[in-house]
Amino acid sequence: MSALHVHVDGIGLWSPTLGDFAALRAQWQGADVSVPPSRPRAAALPVNERRRAPESVLLAVEVAGQAVAMSGCAASELPCVFSSMYGDQLISDYMCTTLAQAPHELSPTRFHNSVHNAPAGYWTIASGCRAASHAISAGDASFGAGLLEAATLCLAEQRPVLLVCSDIAGNGPLGEMSGIRAAFGCALVLSPRAGPRSLAHLALTLTPHAGDALRPAPPTGAWHEANPIATAAWPLLQNLIDGGGQCTLAAAETLAMRVVLETLA
Amino acid sequence: MPVPIQPLAVSASTATSALGQGLESHLDALSGGRGGLRENDFSSAPLACWIGRVAGVEDAPLPAAHAMWECRNNRLAWLGLHQDRFIEHALDARQRYGAARVALVLGTSTASIGATEEAYRRLDANGRMPPELRRPPIHAPHSLAGFVAEALGLEGPCLTISTACSSSAKVFASAERLIRLGLADAAVVGGVDTLCDSVLFGFNALELVSPEPCRPFDQARRGISIGEAAGFALLERVEAAPAAPRLLGYGESSDAHHMSTPHPEGLGAELALRDALARAGLEPGQVGYVNLHGTASLKNDEVEAALIDRLFPATTRASSTKGFTGHTLGAAGILEAVFALLAIGHDLVPGNLGCLAPDAACGPQLALRGERRRVGVALSNSFGFGGNNACLAFGSAPA
Repeated sequence: MSALHVHVDGIGLWSPTLGDFAALRAQWQGADVSVPPSRPRAAALPVNERRRAPESVLLAVEVAGQAVAMSGCAASELPCVFSSMYGDQLISDYMCTTLAQAPHELSPTRFHNSVHNAPAGYWTIASGCRAASHAISAGDASFGAGLLEAATLCLAEQRPVLLVCSDIAGNGPLGEMSGIRAAFGCALVLSPRAGPRSLAHLALTLTPHAGDALRPAPPTGAWHEANPIATAAWPLLQNLIDGGGQCTLAAAETLAMRVVLETLA
Repeated sequence: MPVPIQPLAVSASTATSALGQGLESHLDALSGGRGGLRENDFSSAPLACWIGRVAGVEDAPLPAAHAMWECRNNRLAWLGLHQDRFIEHALDARQRYGAARVALVLGTSTASIGATEEAYRRLDANGRMPPELRRPPIHAPHSLAGFVAEALGLEGPCLTISTACSSSAKVFASAERLIRLGLADAAVVGGVDTLCDSVLFGFNALELVSPEPCRPFDQARRGISIGEAAGFALLERVEAAPAAPRLLGYGESSDAHHMSTPHPEGLGAELALRDALARAGLEPGQVGYVNLHGTASLKNDEVEAALIDRLFPATTRASSTKGFTGHTLGAAGILEAVFALLAIGHDLVPGNLGCLAPDAACGPQLALRGERRRVGVALSNSFGFGGNNACLAFGSAPA
């Protein structure tokens, strides 16, 4: 295959210690960074929805809103890809607990918020977006597979696409299985063409049968190891800060994706 | 408007549902107007409703080599893969193109959450899952695709699509894009969803579950019957299988309206439908059959009936097959894509089982009983929570 070429027009990011991409860059450059509010603001949601929305939705909408604002695109015009390894684990934990004890007492609202495409649903409703919305999952490769799916959509349709990758922290017996200890979300607006707001150019190429190259590095205690999306996204985020560089992401279990990043002159 | 796509060959397909295992049993049931719903004997606590349960899943454990993936949903996937020699077609494609050149895109709404539910019913004294269920991959949405990738030995792009009830319709669109851009030469697409407490009690909490077998488009319909199913299809460029039926187009859209209620005028559904026709280069009058989403919920059927009536001539026939299988949720897209392919291949319009007195919104297109007539081109509608819509267009190979 030839490389897929896309441009990054906007970046969003949120973790319990970093409120946006600028905060990540400042922290990486050694500056002091103030801690964001304990819940993502998710300003794109109407006030009522913000109160009702579960944490997974607030996180995804927060980073989506940041990336779209930076891109200057109209949210209503952007097809979107929401990727998450576990969806809303807290709702799954609640549902499985309730179903085991008093199944007839299951909350209807929590049930409809439990669908994996709840963030995509809330986002498209809030932004009046009638374009295609996708909700995907790919295990440990959820970030790389999300980037591949969004780039594919962007190039096949020749229009900008919003990518959101996020997971919240787990709880209870399910949380023990997921091992996700902190929330993290990041978002990119990808465009098929360079525009005035383009921040970087990405060239993506796949390398199959690369299981060995994708084996996770031994843990170092770094902040991003508390969340697999953050672990996977960190090398690309570093290159976005540095304005250049190459990294290898997992696009599937044994499928590596080389991402060459260049800043536009 | 999207530009037309190059059609893809659907060189193999299969389905397993309450109607039976494999295409033959589905064709027999549709031809004979024989439904597969039964009284609920599945949920962990009593719930008076009807379900579309696949017989024999309990007796079909996974082979020891795949034991780490053991759960009802993956058992149903394994059972489904073995019908109609689908697994042989998939392995043949792997042989011809190489393991990394065959993409795998599967839809599911709840994956193996049934195993997570079971673990929560059997927590140990310390509140932990029982040891035999402490297998992290089966508690994640990617469980199904992770298992099938291992079972088929595929190493190309591998994706779970989980957009509620449109999940396994959208797999065709993702696969088409991967093939069009040269990231794969073929794709195994499909979907599997199994009965579980989450959906039975969840839809019940939303007051969407019918106490009687579901009656899509009937004036007296009382809600959905939940079912389970597995289905798969193999997509390749048409040169590889010139005589096979084809994926002609697809449309995807969002309602931007409400999390669990469709847009009152069916705006998103219409966008998806028009997109599918545009990508297929078709006019509404060329469509022989539309397999409707037709869940038998009050709102969906009213909106969808009006949409079909205003878009299509009476010569286009339309029906929901959910009276046969129940609403198989994340597997509905692939199951009903297979019904559309059966309709084309056998010139059979399935009847709309369960509907005696159609809703006033229904037009002359609704086929209450099965009809033998040339179909040629068939569409399949799938709409999900979050206002997530997909429409697929299939056609026979040119004569």
